[in-house]
Amino acid sequence: MTGFQTLLLKEILRFWKVAFQTIAAPVLTAMLYIMIFSHVMAGSNAAFPGVTYEQFLIPGLAMMSMLQNAFANTSSSLIQSKITGNILFILLPPLSHWDYYGAYLIAAVVRAMTVGLGVFLVGIFVADIPVHSVAVIIAFALLGSGLLAALGIIAGLWADKFDQLAAFQNFIIMPLTFLSGVFYSIHSLPSFWQGLSHFNPFFYMIDGFRYGFFGKADVSLALSLSVTAGAFLCLSAVTLYLLKSGYKLRQ
Amino acid sequence: MISAIEVQGVEKRYGKFTALAGVSLSVAPGEFFALLGPNGAGKTTLITALAGLTRVNAGTLRVMGHDVVGQYREARRALGIVPQEIVFDPFFSVRETLRFQAGYFGIPRSATLDAWIDELLARLSLTDKADQNMRQLSGGMKRRVLVAQALVHRPPVIVLDEPTAGVDVELRQTLWSFIRELNTQGHTILLTTHYLEEAQQLCSRIAMLKQGKIVAMDTTQNLLNAFSVRVLRVKLDGGFPPSMVASRTKQDGAWHFFEIHDYAEVEARLAQLRNAGAHIVNLEVAEPDLEEVFVKLMHR
Repeated sequence: MTGFQTLLLKEILRFWKVAFQTIAAPVLTAMLYIMIFSHVMAGSNAAFPGVTYEQFLIPGLAMMSMLQNAFANTSSSLIQSKITGNILFILLPPLSHWDYYGAYLIAAVVRAMTVGLGVFLVGIFVADIPVHSVAVIIAFALLGSGLLAALGIIAGLWADKFDQLAAFQNFIIMPLTFLSGVFYSIHSLPSFWQGLSHFNPFFYMIDGFRYGFFGKADVSLALSLSVTAGAFLCLSAVTLYLLKSGYKLRQ
Repeated sequence: MISAIEVQGVEKRYGKFTALAGVSLSVAPGEFFALLGPNGAGKTTLITALAGLTRVNAGTLRVMGHDVVGQYREARRALGIVPQEIVFDPFFSVRETLRFQAGYFGIPRSATLDAWIDELLARLSLTDKADQNMRQLSGGMKRRVLVAQALVHRPPVIVLDEPTAGVDVELRQTLWSFIRELNTQGHTILLTTHYLEEAQQLCSRIAMLKQGKIVAMDTTQNLLNAFSVRVLRVKLDGGFPPSMVASRTKQDGAWHFFEIHDYAEVEARLAQLRNAGAHIVNLEVAEPDLEEVFVKLMHR
């Protein structure tokens, strides 16, 4: 195995060894959201014609869980390694910035996809979920979780303490995901908030992902894909730059 | 011949603090070299620069001829570092930790690797801990794992940054016997330690750092000869002959001290004392020691 493959395997095992916390817990949380919201919102207006609220909710929740877990995987791994000092074990070997980026990002995407699949499997017991385009679903799942994984690497590198990371998660990631149209269509919002939602990149990830299931979305697929892919490429470039420069890793 | 470690004009500043002020040194392949100095002298900064963990402001560092920045892959492959701090990954067992560390260096799982890991575990008395999680190990055991991690990719150059700080006698003996053997096999060893006795016994050459500068660098023997002396300590029953006061260097109760340069001087000095009427009841010859060299150099 190459150094990159080893680091990737280590990162996958790191979350897999605590799968109750990293896989089962977010799936359970999403399941509770589905149960509560589908009960409370039963009979409410569907976002799209012919789509029930449960059907609308489940893909959004799956994507939200994927995004949060992709971020959590890279950021927590880095901050833990930095604080305990064992980051040394990967800084001493001949690994490049591409190796770090690839291994951390792919492991986070694997965790995100596993959680997403778990949420989807729970969801199909609650509602019939149509699949319009598998390719679109997979493309948005990969780009969205990749984007949040890259953001997690940046946050993990930047944060010196757990509370800085928690602040990043609670004050940036959480509001952006909750206000991205997971639980509602942005067309149901007042025009001011509707306009503001268009500045939230999370909205495009969830909207495009949802298109893969229903063939319908709040904005065009091309726009969602462009914004998501563009944001992914920008954050990846920043991540690679920081890793190459040794930002907060090498003095 | 390519040096195992080549440091040229290395400077490192942290704001206004200068950690390394133009350090240059060269360690030949197969040498057992000590880097000594008080806390804050720059030893660890130099080692972390060698490992690519610290970027220097000026100068170059090479490991087996490979620049640690430009040819970092080759340089890091040639280097095994035992860090000063005890660090570990709480997710994995001892064996997993070692397999991962080998993997980071591109060494695939194989019977050869497993045999080497088994040998490392045996040599460091870790065999019965191989499948235990790192969290379950004592501090001394964790330090042994750090040594094994540094050696798992068989680096030609091994750097030990205060490896015996706060560890028991058993580990020290196990570790030094293993490291000596590796040195005999041709590995280059760079050691930093505050236990000067260890450096004196193990190292053929020593560099002393003070405030980021090398204040002395020579073979251990030359440093001892230049800055320390052999001392004859004589215990007398009764008074010290007044005629010999000038030749005495120190007095501590009934013990009287004389500097000597070789053993032939011992008999001459004793004869002088006897002829002057002194009654000798005990004597000792103290060899030159590195501690004295260190203290003299650091207070210059």
